[in-house]
Amino acid sequence: MKTLEDLKRLREKLQDETRLRHSSGTQIIIGMGTCGIAAGAREVMTAILDEIAKRNLQDVEVRQTGCIGMCEKEVLVDVVRPGEPRITYGKVKPAVVSKIIAEHVVNGRIVEELVVGKITRDR
Amino acid sequence: MHELSLHILDLVQNSLEAGANDIFLEIIEDRPKDELMLRVTDNGKGMHETLLGTVRDPFVSTRKTRKVGLGLPLIDMTARQAGGSLDIESKPGKGTVVKATYCLNHIDCPPLGKIGAALKALLVGNPGVNIRYYHQVDSQTFSLSTQEIRGILHGIPLTHPDVLLWLDGHIRENLARLYGGVK
Ligand code: FES
Repeated sequence: MKTLEDLKRLREKLQDETRLRHSSGTQIIIGMGTCGIAAGAREVMTAILDEIAKRNLQDVEVRQTGCIGMCEKEVLVDVVRPGEPRITYGKVKPAVVSKIIAEHVVNGRIVEELVVGKITRDR
Repeated sequence: MHELSLHILDLVQNSLEAGANDIFLEIIEDRPKDELMLRVTDNGKGMHETLLGTVRDPFVSTRKTRKVGLGLPLIDMTARQAGGSLDIESKPGKGTVVKATYCLNHIDCPPLGKIGAALKALLVGNPGVNIRYYHQVDSQTFSLSTQEIRGILHGIPLTHPDVLLWLDGHIRENLARLYGGVK
């Protein structure tokens, strides 16, 4: 069983690892309004979390948000790398998640064909 | 939406939009009584009676008051189709309680679906919000809260890869135990 005791041991182990930084990492924001959920936002979120675990990405923040107002483009996923424009990806399917993570989150190369919006100034 | 866990995600999103930072999510499955109950209790800003009277109406909800949730009319419909009902209690400044019941054996009762994935998304995706979860299947129970987990983590984020793996296993094993899978 993965118990809370295991979590305590895990925390102790992680605290010892000096590589644990608290830098301002990349943010990934998923639209989880009603139509986002209906379009598969949960599956996309699951794929993102699995990818973070698999690639051992240490400072990515994941957040859910509500209705963004672009129903027909759901599932919507925003990626914000520190100091870079906020990129909105649309019609995201679990199958393209690993590409977005590998290209954009890890290597900073925007996946142009999936972009639906760019906000230069962070709100 | 053909899964109750998706309706749950939707309800929690409503609570978040109402400014809640403490959300209590309960799922109680009572097989002898043939009943499944979902309840989401939040400390958000609550609703006035006039708004409360309209939230089940899909036409009202999809227009001006959309922020309250296009999902509530859907839940109202699925609950009634499955021999149950939707109850909403809310007062401005006092938060909201949304409760939906279903007859478990009703042919139109939607499956719970991937509740583990939904729970993980909620816990990880809402820093700054305390999510409490209580799930009961007959006499077996599983509960957890973000506060408890964060208390143990001392500032290590829930998105840390190793924490994600722990969370995965923890949720999966406990859900399996609820349904009699693992001892
Ligand atoms: S929930 Fe998707 S645009 Fe409103």
